[in-house]
Amino acid sequence: MPTVLILGAGSDIAVALARRYAAAGFTLQLAGRNPEQLRPLEQDLRIRHRIAVTVHAFDALDFTSHAGFYRALPAPPDVVLCVFGYLGSQEKGQQDWQEASRILHTNFTGAVSILNIVAEDMAARGKGTIIGISSVAGDRGRMSNYLYGSAKAGFTAYLSGLRNRLWHSGAHVMTVEPGFVATQMTGHLALPALLTAQPGEVADDIFKAAEKKKNVLYTKWFWRYIMMIIKNIPEPIFKKKKL
Amino acid sequence: MRKNISNWGNYPVLNCEEVSFSMEEQLTQYVNTHDHVIARGNGRCYGDASLGEHSVSTLRFDKVLAFDEENGVFECQSGLTLDQILDIIVPRGWFLPVTPGTKFITIGGAVASDVHGKNHHSEGSFSNHIVSMKVLTAKGLTECSPETEPDLFWATCGGMGLTGIITTVRFTLKKIETAYIRQKQIKARNLDEVLQLFEEHKHYTYSMAWIDCLQKGDSFGRSILIVGEHATKDQVAAKAAKAPLELPRKMKLTVPFNLPGFVLNNFTVKLFNALYYAKNTKRVIENTVPYEPFFYPLDAILHWNRGYGKDGFVQYQFVLPMDKKDGLVAILQKISEKGWGSFLAVLKTFGKQDDLISFPMEGYTLALDFPVRNGLFPFLDELDALVLQYGGRLYLTKDARMQERVFWDSYPNAERFREIVKTWNPAGKFRSAQSDRLNFQFA
Repeated sequence: MPTVLILGAGSDIAVALARRYAAAGFTLQLAGRNPEQLRPLEQDLRIRHRIAVTVHAFDALDFTSHAGFYRALPAPPDVVLCVFGYLGSQEKGQQDWQEASRILHTNFTGAVSILNIVAEDMAARGKGTIIGISSVAGDRGRMSNYLYGSAKAGFTAYLSGLRNRLWHSGAHVMTVEPGFVATQMTGHLALPALLTAQPGEVADDIFKAAEKKKNVLYTKWFWRYIMMIIKNIPEPIFKKKKL
Repeated sequence: MRKNISNWGNYPVLNCEEVSFSMEEQLTQYVNTHDHVIARGNGRCYGDASLGEHSVSTLRFDKVLAFDEENGVFECQSGLTLDQILDIIVPRGWFLPVTPGTKFITIGGAVASDVHGKNHHSEGSFSNHIVSMKVLTAKGLTECSPETEPDLFWATCGGMGLTGIITTVRFTLKKIETAYIRQKQIKARNLDEVLQLFEEHKHYTYSMAWIDCLQKGDSFGRSILIVGEHATKDQVAAKAAKAPLELPRKMKLTVPFNLPGFVLNNFTVKLFNALYYAKNTKRVIENTVPYEPFFYPLDAILHWNRGYGKDGFVQYQFVLPMDKKDGLVAILQKISEKGWGSFLAVLKTFGKQDDLISFPMEGYTLALDFPVRNGLFPFLDELDALVLQYGGRLYLTKDARMQERVFWDSYPNAERFREIVKTWNPAGKFRSAQSDRLNFQFA
């Protein structure tokens, strides 16, 4: 059975993805900052789906540990899901570099650091799939979350370049741009119900799109068109809006 | 986030701060820094028992922790729903020890309400099958069982979340050979007949009756008794016997929006009841059915609660002692005279139970829906008076409007329950709109 590595396995989208891949019979490698917190999920997947699961300590911000972490995995993964992220507080980040740098380094630098290592391995093996969870917030900077948005924009550009590179060696990269998802990350926000997806729906979309080797997935699907409109609002108008 | 929340009855609607958690540490931190906290599962209690200033959703705390497939012992976090548990255990030959009429409740809710099912007379309520559980009380996370911290255990079973937040539950399952039920339906022309039928069929594991509360005269209390047993392999049809633990997937219907209030009136309800009674053309029908329509007939229609309109409804469920049949008659008469009752009411006999604060006691229980309307609450107060007079009580998980006095006068151990709650929840950290309404003094 193929193996999937989930980086940032504690989030709601990660749990939904773990369940979706487990249901398809994949072997799972769950990685997160606090492995003890992943034990209940590990048991859950094992019991529900009768699959093999391992748990690994992984800290996106501890860049120097990434190579050792990847080497120590029990098997090189066939699919790597880069799910971790940090929304943070835009307002706080404007005044507090600690917060700003945590947003930038978790969402961009940390992801680049680990995926560089994964990419080298997949390029050498000539196969594999990297799935990066970016965000529609990276499609255009808005005053309400441009720190998070700019880190995700960088991540989106990185994934696009990586896809270009790895195509030549036989591996695939998929960029996922979720819109609103009802998760703990967004629990304090009042999201419009019609535009908001459940983590299970997002996981299902991702799984199916990855099977079809899609390049860029917007989930739910209509976000592609919402973002097309948002990206095309002329800057003189856009800058005057409170978005 | 603050939002307007209501439970299954869509009454009352309260503005609550809703939070959720997926890890124990998050929950502990939240509880340590907040007061006026109450756990909420899938929102299938009917009234205000899981509403409060800070409503803590357990739905993301939904991991299976252990499943001993040899001995049928299951352990999970409190936000897992029975629906998901059944999907895991039925294909492996196990079933829930007790299930209420919906599978869309969480295991935490099952414990906090100490739910009963069609097998109460033979196998007791849910608490009867719990091995142990963990509760986050005001004193911290505490493991309890009938042997360790028994006070906490019994005050948590049926305790409506007032001892704290249930985090994990370990309970025993029931072995099954098939996912099917061998059922028997018997029409009863009136109340006397159905009560006699209950007595004659008490050796069946499962029993309940649909009763038409609008009938008068000779047909007063006409019913359909439904009894059943888990089917054995040789009792299911040849096709099903090939995969006896699997069920065919079915389409779900839904009520997409609140129906206008006038849709349900005395005429349509009478018509529905007449059709329901008439659909069984023979007096006795015996057949084998999948477990879903047997246990969860209404789950096939998602959001059926919207059928009662935007003002919502209350489900009125009471129990009377076995020797108070005259009380049952008196209450049913009052209901049928008023003509406000719902489609079908559920009548069932309970077996013996003598717990601290659980609802069931040996006797008759009747449950029926009343759409919220002018004059309903005074009418229900009159019914409450009768329930009290005949030594009965109301089910807290269905309750949205009971007056303080009714609770304290009808639950014989209420004062003892309060004393135990006070030791685990001394400052009233865990409290709900219901406990406030019942004027539960924590200090």
